[in-house]
Amino acid sequence: MTAQTAQDGPAATRPAEPAARPGSPPAWSFAVRQLRFWLTDYRRTWRGSIISTVLNPLLYLGAMGLGLGTLVDKHGLARLGGVSYLVFLAPGLLAASAMGTGVGESTYPVFGSVKWNKTYQAAVSSPLRPRDLFHGHLLFVGLKLTMTSSVFLAVAVAFGAIRSPMAILALPVAVLTGLAFTAPIEAWTVTRTKDTSLAVVYRFGMIPLFLFSGTFFPVTQLPAWIRPIAYLTPLWHGVALCRDLCLGVATLPSALLHVGYLLVVLGAGIIAGDRSYTRRLYV
Amino acid sequence: MTTALIRARGLTKRFGNFTAVDGVDFELRRGEAFGFLGPNGAGKSSTMRMIGCVSPPTAGELSIFGLDPVADGPAIRARLGVVPQEDSLDVELTVRENLLVYGRYFGLPRPVIRERSDRLLEFVQLADRAGDRVEPLSGGLKRRLTIARSLINEPEILLLDEPTTGLDPQARHVVWDRLFRLKQQGVTLVLTTHYMDEAEQLCDRLVVMDGGRIAAEGSPRELIERYSTPEVLELRFDPDVHESAAEKLAAVPAQRREVLADRVLLYVEDGDAALAAVRELGLDPLTSLVRRSTLEDVFLRLTGRRLED
Repeated sequence: MTAQTAQDGPAATRPAEPAARPGSPPAWSFAVRQLRFWLTDYRRTWRGSIISTVLNPLLYLGAMGLGLGTLVDKHGLARLGGVSYLVFLAPGLLAASAMGTGVGESTYPVFGSVKWNKTYQAAVSSPLRPRDLFHGHLLFVGLKLTMTSSVFLAVAVAFGAIRSPMAILALPVAVLTGLAFTAPIEAWTVTRTKDTSLAVVYRFGMIPLFLFSGTFFPVTQLPAWIRPIAYLTPLWHGVALCRDLCLGVATLPSALLHVGYLLVVLGAGIIAGDRSYTRRLYV
Repeated sequence: MTTALIRARGLTKRFGNFTAVDGVDFELRRGEAFGFLGPNGAGKSSTMRMIGCVSPPTAGELSIFGLDPVADGPAIRARLGVVPQEDSLDVELTVRENLLVYGRYFGLPRPVIRERSDRLLEFVQLADRAGDRVEPLSGGLKRRLTIARSLINEPEILLLDEPTTGLDPQARHVVWDRLFRLKQQGVTLVLTTHYMDEAEQLCDRLVVMDGGRIAAEGSPRELIERYSTPEVLELRFDPDVHESAAEKLAAVPAQRREVLADRVLLYVEDGDAALAAVRELGLDPLTSLVRRSTLEDVFLRLTGRRLED
């Protein structure tokens, strides 16, 4: 008899499978196999998704940036750092919509795979391990974020909302911002048994962040006591750095701080997800 | 070293305080069809999941192809086919896409998957539905697709968890026929079932499971010979006299007498002779049936309960 004592503690009993054995394919290739699944899946829906990818920035930049912006601009530009509202808003929306994509991908698609279709349960009967499924999905979300954020930036350029060539660096920052939401939320989603709990993420997570993380107005407009909370959210870091880059005023130390923070959140999410995927799929 | 393909010693699975599998021993040889027969909750599926390397054993030893399922999961799973109890097809994709996606999980190149898909869809008689979405397919067709999918990596062992539960009789027979052909082709089959006819049809050897333990092991014929009699006389009485009749039947020479809620079973060498003896006692059953012993009788004898309750 082995492992008799280590039992009953749900986490302790699941020793990790080794990364790779001699002669077997490298571990990352397993994640790529799962990425291929999502790409096959995406082939069905990409047309509809392309439309919303282009339409969203058009609508938001049109309505808020131009429409609301003309009103805002009449009240002086000092609080916005001396730029028009459109120019202020566009990079914030870039980061916020990356968050939206990141959250969207980390909730219902993941829940459906483990609960409705049970395709995750099918996949772990192949050589893939739970964490390969997790990493494969993160790769897919990374690709999708790259695509949607590129389109967003292109639309923003067309609106004349981008001031600096440095804005091209906002693309990887937006992708990182989205993934900093995807990884931890996905780690949590995979443990859920009811889809109703997913709505909580939107109601108490995404929507407040969307409104109060500096996307639509500077965080300095918030009461002083609430600002530190805004500074803790990954979205604020994404918004702040995207804005600095698009305005061409980014400095290396602040950029490193923002990127470092987002990387820590992403890394923590990956560690948590490796565990929760294994716990959910190896029962 | 033994030549066992799968070997379990004291294999145990606990969920919190609940012991699903309670120290079972078994060995499987290449090419045989091996069954776990038992009612729901007997620990069959938990055992299958441990063999499938998606459920780490709590205690005991388990080796598959001589490898450790915890340390060598990916290498073992590459050589297994799994037909889970609940369908886990991607219902948004087409029949063929399901095979493609699954084949890619095994790292198979597209042309290989395409060639195997053609062959497998032919084998499970789904070739004409290859381009259809999975969602609207019937339960029987989905199950056949799941079987095709489980064969995409040309597995050495095929694990089937309740392969025909929920299917209508015709669909069940199609599945049995295909599984029988796989067995003829040399695929090792491991299946769980709570249908005694399924176990008798498909299994060379089986274990009877109850409450997480193995109650008996052998071929269907051996088990019946060991734990039952050649024939069974089934008697049904008017509910008003059911109990008194059951008591009087003690006078009929039989190896064993089982009084069920609605019937009385007499385990005998010769059913017709026993029925004549019943009539001589002046008893007048509503219906009487002489039949061969089945695994159901073995299960009843071993556990005191019926299989499909």
